[in-house]
Amino acid sequence: MTTPVLAVTSASKRFAGVRALEDVSIELHAGSVHALVGENGAGKSTLIKLITGVYQLDSGSVRLRGEEVAFDSPRSAQRAGIATIYQEVHLAPQLSVARNFFLGREPTRFGSLDLKRMNRNSAEALRRYGIVADVKRPLGELGLGIQQMVAIARAVETDASVVIMDEPTSSLEPREVDLLLDLVAQLKAKDVAIVYVSHKLDEVFRACDTITVLRDGKLVSTGPTSELTRRQLISRMLGRDAAELDESGRTRLGRRELEDGEPVLRAEHLNRRLILEDVSVVVRPGEVVGLAGLLGSGRSETAKAIFGALPLDSGDISVDGKPLTHQTPASRIRQGVAMLPEDRKAEGLIPDMSIRDNIGLAALPQLTRSGLVSRKRVDDIVKTFMTRLRIKAASPLQRVSELSGGNQQKVLLARLLCLNPRVLLLDEPTRGIDVGAKAEVQALVAELAEKGMAVVLISSELEEVVEGSDSVVVLRDGAQLGRLVGDDITEDKIMDLIADAASEQIEASEQIEAEK
Amino acid sequence: MTAPAPATKQPPVAVAADHGGREAARARARALTSLISRNGAVAVLVLVVLLGALLVPSFGKPDNLRNVALAASFIGIIAAGMTFVIICGGIDLSVGSTYALATIISAMYAPRGSFIAVGYALLAAGLVGLIQGLIIARLRLPAFIVTLAGLTGVRGLVYYITNEGNDHPQIEGFRAFETLGTGSLATIGTPVWIMLVVFAIGWWVLNRTPFGQSVQAVGGNQGAAELMGLPVKRTQTIVYVVSGLCAGLSGILTTALSGGGQEARIGDAYELSAIAAVVIGGTLLSGGVGSMVGTLAGVLLLFVIQNLIVQGANLNSYVQQVVSGGFLLVVVILQAVLSRRAGTADT
Repeated sequence: MTTPVLAVTSASKRFAGVRALEDVSIELHAGSVHALVGENGAGKSTLIKLITGVYQLDSGSVRLRGEEVAFDSPRSAQRAGIATIYQEVHLAPQLSVARNFFLGREPTRFGSLDLKRMNRNSAEALRRYGIVADVKRPLGELGLGIQQMVAIARAVETDASVVIMDEPTSSLEPREVDLLLDLVAQLKAKDVAIVYVSHKLDEVFRACDTITVLRDGKLVSTGPTSELTRRQLISRMLGRDAAELDESGRTRLGRRELEDGEPVLRAEHLNRRLILEDVSVVVRPGEVVGLAGLLGSGRSETAKAIFGALPLDSGDISVDGKPLTHQTPASRIRQGVAMLPEDRKAEGLIPDMSIRDNIGLAALPQLTRSGLVSRKRVDDIVKTFMTRLRIKAASPLQRVSELSGGNQQKVLLARLLCLNPRVLLLDEPTRGIDVGAKAEVQALVAELAEKGMAVVLISSELEEVVEGSDSVVVLRDGAQLGRLVGDDITEDKIMDLIADAASEQIEASEQIEAEK
Repeated sequence: MTAPAPATKQPPVAVAADHGGREAARARARALTSLISRNGAVAVLVLVVLLGALLVPSFGKPDNLRNVALAASFIGIIAAGMTFVIICGGIDLSVGSTYALATIISAMYAPRGSFIAVGYALLAAGLVGLIQGLIIARLRLPAFIVTLAGLTGVRGLVYYITNEGNDHPQIEGFRAFETLGTGSLATIGTPVWIMLVVFAIGWWVLNRTPFGQSVQAVGGNQGAAELMGLPVKRTQTIVYVVSGLCAGLSGILTTALSGGGQEARIGDAYELSAIAAVVIGGTLLSGGVGSMVGTLAGVLLLFVIQNLIVQGANLNSYVQQVVSGGFLLVVVILQAVLSRRAGTADT
């Protein structure tokens, strides 16, 4: 085996005491495409940022062509021949394509930009990668896909020996994805070592030679693509061993008979170009519907769409038979929809405010009488919820930032519950909280459903979806693969659905390729 | 001027061609936004000047126009520097005070020779910019606060070196220095020519040098610029030096024109006029998008409108301010509406 171009050995990184990456090693070889896969928070971005000098290692080492390196900034990594393409590529929208293409390494003549050369060379380079664009036009006037392709071509043209692509296809049309994979093949032929981060399985299997799976900041497996089945890959990403899985059956206990009532939530034929394709979720009173799928499958997007936070191109959503109108969270809240967001710190809580104020914030509109808030009524409500949800805190006045993750999550839940919602959308309700709190939150969700609420549950842990749901909608690439009910809800069946769809798609694209 | 004609001239982009109507509409809105932000101020300026010349006879007289240009040149030079700062995603509130510092220092050192007077004043102004730029770029502090401190601190310094505002150093008799302000070429005052040279250099630096590209990229998306390995901190630092130097140059010209004897409070609120001119010129306060030509038009527009109100309507100066304020508001609203249509406001 040849010496790797780049080798990361036992890399570890913690942020404020929280493990982001632990003892991870990977090797990149010239002319080989290395896939990095894993769910949110698996450590993919951290690993990339350690290689490219955005973060510094706590322990471990990075070797470039056998020599140990420690980049202190993306700039020095770039000088050493490591080019990175990030998801966010919007640079200077006002500048022309050619200028963006040469940004940071412009050719000059007598101190002045050599515009002729920039225009000619960038047009040639883009054409080589199959991109036809007027290089004199401002980048911002072109479509997002083209902008992404320009960014990629730009990074690639720097004579890099290592090219890292962080979800390069997330905003691309299918046709553009083909172009991009062609580009990857060209780079491979030029003996470049490529890291390809993606959660789209068909791309990974089509383009990559080696697959490394990360989970919770640890290395799960690394090996040649040919030795891995789709099914194995999915189970490694979602957190169960294939062998272990074959024995695991249905785990949900105490399943209740659901009353046949009119559905509380009816969200049908949700469409949003490139994000959701004809997804339908129907929840009867007391039912918990799980949304299962890989990262980027549209599971969070479906919840966001129902909550009005993701504008839809088309779709019908009604609660208790009444169609919902305005696509804004504020109006959805008034119409009885509540959502627990995936990232509670960024979207949910105000950390420096007290428990009381965080809960009271949401309840305010109901409690306000002629513009004034009755302190006593707020206190009563807060106390009721703190007991009901068993929030452990010194007092209602304690700051939320001082609470544990599990208790923070309960505060957020309390805030949603005091609105008396009919529909509760829970996106990763147990992420980042300890085992005990997790069980409590799960029990609470079941209890809420029993009282007649309609609950939509999203989790990247299949086990949680299987155990907590009365029916499961399985998604992939924004499309609905199937709906499982009763005893059909098993981790096995869900993974089969996802894996089958993946291989079908690959066969289809291989067929198209062959016809060409 | 080329109007956007997307219906007949589809963008020659093969991959973007099948993006559907919505993407095309968005691209059209983007093209329109950039067209207006680039040339809107120029068009309005031409319109206002033509209308003014037709409706207000005294406005169109060469002498009056010369005076308007001369009056505009001081804020104009400051606004040229400010354009760099704002395109780079920052703001510089200290320029009025820096301007005052340069007027005083250049007058104080005039007896030592014109060269030294100008040199020291520029050095002091550049230093103010450098210190602020370093703090903003290295310590990642908000430019608004840092330059607000600069505004207060430098103004205090001006009062300190003028003996609490009681000294008014004169430069009478220093011919070479005075010529900078009072001289003229082809009947147009030197400060106007200097302003035009500053804008020409500014245009070249912004559009034709790697540094100018960096300024636009950093203002457009600082995080991405960092990840792409652009010299973000250096760029951020330099724009404040440029802004300081421009404010200094403007102050020197003021001393040269008036022969010194300035009050310590001179240049009060100039930063606001400069920012207004930049914004009217189509530069986005959010950074990344802007133009030198626009700023030049923006400054001239402010002064032309002021002059028209005085000449034509004979209203008092407070009404001028109301009109200038209203005008600024219209521009900002237009920018916001257009950029939202272009989809740059949503992610």
